[in-house]
Amino acid sequence: MESDPITAVKCQEHSEAPQKLLRSSSCSLQWMWFCSSDLDLHTGSVCVVLHQKEFLTESGPASLPAEDISTNSNGPKQDSLFDDDPEDLFAEATEEVSLDSPEREVLLSDGPSPAITPITPPTSVITPCIGHDDMFTHSSFDEIEEEEVDDSFDMNISVSDPEKVGDGMNAYMAYKVTIKTSISLFKREEFSVRRRFSDFLGLHSKLASKYLHIGFIVPPAPEKSIVGMTKVKVGKEDQSSNEFVEKRRSALERYLMRTVKHPVLLKDPDVLQFLESSDLPRAVSTQALSSAGLLRMVNKAAEAVNKMTIKMNESDAWFEEKQQHFENLDVQLRKLHASVESLVCHRKELSVNTAQFAKSAAMLGNSEDHTALSRALSQLAEVEEKIDQLHQDQANADFYVFSELLGDYVRLITAVKGVFDHRMKTWQKWQDTQMLLQKKREAEAKLQFTNKPDKLQQAKDEIQELEGKVQQGEREFEQISKTIRKEVSRFEKERVKDFKTIIIKYLESLVQTQQQLIKYWDAFLPEAKAIS
Amino acid sequence: MEEVQEGASAPSVHGHNIKVTEVVIDGDTLTFLIVSQKLSGTGEYHVYRIYEDLEWLQHHLFSQEDVPGIQGVIFPPIPAKPQVNASAKVMKQLGFLGLGEWQPYCKALESFLRQVASHSVLKKSKAVEIFLTSADPPGRQRVRKNIFNRLSQAVGEMRKEGHKDVDEFFQAARDQNLIITGCTKSATERFLDVVLTEQKIAVACGHFSAALHLCVEAGEDPDKQAFSSICVKLSEVFESIKKNMMSTAENNVSTLGLGLDLESRYQEAEKEMLFRRTCKLAELETARRNAEKAKPVKKAAMEEVKKAAETEFNHICGVAKQEIARYEAARVQMLQQALVQWCEKQLLTARESADQFDQCLQGFRGMA
Repeated sequence: MESDPITAVKCQEHSEAPQKLLRSSSCSLQWMWFCSSDLDLHTGSVCVVLHQKEFLTESGPASLPAEDISTNSNGPKQDSLFDDDPEDLFAEATEEVSLDSPEREVLLSDGPSPAITPITPPTSVITPCIGHDDMFTHSSFDEIEEEEVDDSFDMNISVSDPEKVGDGMNAYMAYKVTIKTSISLFKREEFSVRRRFSDFLGLHSKLASKYLHIGFIVPPAPEKSIVGMTKVKVGKEDQSSNEFVEKRRSALERYLMRTVKHPVLLKDPDVLQFLESSDLPRAVSTQALSSAGLLRMVNKAAEAVNKMTIKMNESDAWFEEKQQHFENLDVQLRKLHASVESLVCHRKELSVNTAQFAKSAAMLGNSEDHTALSRALSQLAEVEEKIDQLHQDQANADFYVFSELLGDYVRLITAVKGVFDHRMKTWQKWQDTQMLLQKKREAEAKLQFTNKPDKLQQAKDEIQELEGKVQQGEREFEQISKTIRKEVSRFEKERVKDFKTIIIKYLESLVQTQQQLIKYWDAFLPEAKAIS
Repeated sequence: MEEVQEGASAPSVHGHNIKVTEVVIDGDTLTFLIVSQKLSGTGEYHVYRIYEDLEWLQHHLFSQEDVPGIQGVIFPPIPAKPQVNASAKVMKQLGFLGLGEWQPYCKALESFLRQVASHSVLKKSKAVEIFLTSADPPGRQRVRKNIFNRLSQAVGEMRKEGHKDVDEFFQAARDQNLIITGCTKSATERFLDVVLTEQKIAVACGHFSAALHLCVEAGEDPDKQAFSSICVKLSEVFESIKKNMMSTAENNVSTLGLGLDLESRYQEAEKEMLFRRTCKLAELETARRNAEKAKPVKKAAMEEVKKAAETEFNHICGVAKQEIARYEAARVQMLQQALVQWCEKQLLTARESADQFDQCLQGFRGMA
């Protein structure tokens, strides 16, 4: 074919090729793209007829599920937003779809694109059709409200049995995900699937692209780690790589639990597919929309937005207060997190020192002439060894229980802040549309006095279209505000539950450690008394 | 400056319950208050002493040349010199004794004075009486270092350390001392590391506890209040953990820590005694050789020297054997006491902490 369809596509508003093109798989005529000139996320449709130049026009609802396709085969890479992250280059997930790949044609066709894991649209929230203005009907959200009231959440997910699959740099860890539930949504009460890390990332990227920009706090996926994963791939079986796998396993478990506890996310077809289907299509392009990548994208967009000084007329004090509150919470949580990491470090040191003392006590016992004293010293060495083990267990508790919890919340807060930023962008979009309408009206007024009936009609048509968009912009803004209020309230409730559960677990471990210590000392005392 | 007469009777105070009750810090100087009970039962002596006074005492104990076999005595070791705002090097030297607000140091000082005042030979020194009872400070001129101090470091003397012994008992004692001194020193240092890390953890817990208070949020919102309440309670938990750590560390120092420290220093003292005897042995063997090889003109003089050396050496061996036996019994008892006390204190702390943590746990479980 002569001309490249994708680079031939242009954004109507800016008359230039888009930076990043994302396409909805549920509705193949819907696209989202970034324009370099305003760094904003646009949505719209394109009538695609292969081989022809077409334009991307702003239209339709802003929030259809989307997928990432990068425009990178011609010339140098344009996606500056993603390249400065070295991590993405080494991601476990595979490469982005290149223009030369055979998948491209499938992408551009009207049908669904199975080669790229299709995002199934959320059934209760979105009706996939262009120009359907009532996407967010009040009724569908009210349904969700009712279900949220039900407090008894009977579902437990465990991630276990990490198993290395394959060799060398293509190797990966597969985890067993076991679900136990009595929720009627699921066909069985207990079932399990095998998933790898990129599957989780893929799930998160889908959820993020569907829900973040309409105000839902999507739990962030666990961070990637080049170093950690490379060690595992290379087959280094030492304590640090075991610790890494365990840390990851635990993080994946917490991630899934947080996700399914969200009443809207639980019902999402992608979540259901993730949990139930034995064969999950391999997630591609997760590097582009990884948790970190996506949040970076959100943050960069937010920064750009702020640089353009969005002076939002905040009519709602609640949002101003909450935003400040989350800024503060972010700072405090990071402090706490740093504090706990320091504590974990010292505990590990204590364990090392105790072990060394145990060794030297043993040597002392061996060199000692006096029989009873010698025996007592050897016993002392044994007690200290056992105490060392207790210290290690305590260090693990400090780490896995507290440090990771705090880390999770620091990441969650980032997602919360992103959601607030999206609201501002939604507001901005609404305002922009309003201003555009105003301009068109003024232009129309002028045209009234000229004898150009065609142009007048065109102007009237445009005005009508814009009026519709303004209304929709306002609705979207109201909707996202409403969603965020609910989400924040939910976050604060969950936070209390989360912390309480974790603290109880921690205290239980503390009590157990002390009781174990008591046993050891009790056993040693007669030995010490028996010396002479 | 007081005249010190040797050979006097034992001190007029009880030796076993001397106390160091207070330490006063004035600028760079540490002054210790030493309290001893009169033998007559009519009251107490309160004296203020500084470190230099200890050195004075030790010097006089060392210089009792007319006490036969004095070199065979295992001299109770004095602690290292304390320093206000000590440098890292001094802190390392002090070890356990540099911790806290000098309480471990005072205990070590107490130990020393009790050992000296109860020692069958040493207690007879007038210097002991003066040190413990005189209201005025004993003479504080700079004491000259004599051969009793830092013997093993004297160049040329070092090679005598390996000098083969004529007596199996003493050879065995020297070998055993060499091995166990190294082990004890190592164990003491490692135990100190444990204590220092425990203290670090206590500090970190304190920080975490304080940081939690910053998370308390004002407001009527029930979820906010619930979260604030959690933060406050958790802060209390970490305060408890901090107390537990501090208590554990303190128990370690006051019992086993001090015990290992004393044992370590006493083993060095035994080592020095054995070395003195070895030097005397070498001297004696030289004197014997000289007497044999001496030309008739010098023969009588050499024989005199030889006889003197023999007598002295035999005295030393006699005293040394007694000292070693006494020391062996005393150290086992001391270590046993340290281990038992250590275990009992840690047991008590563990029980208290278990109770406290359990209470916190119930508190959290009971939260709505």
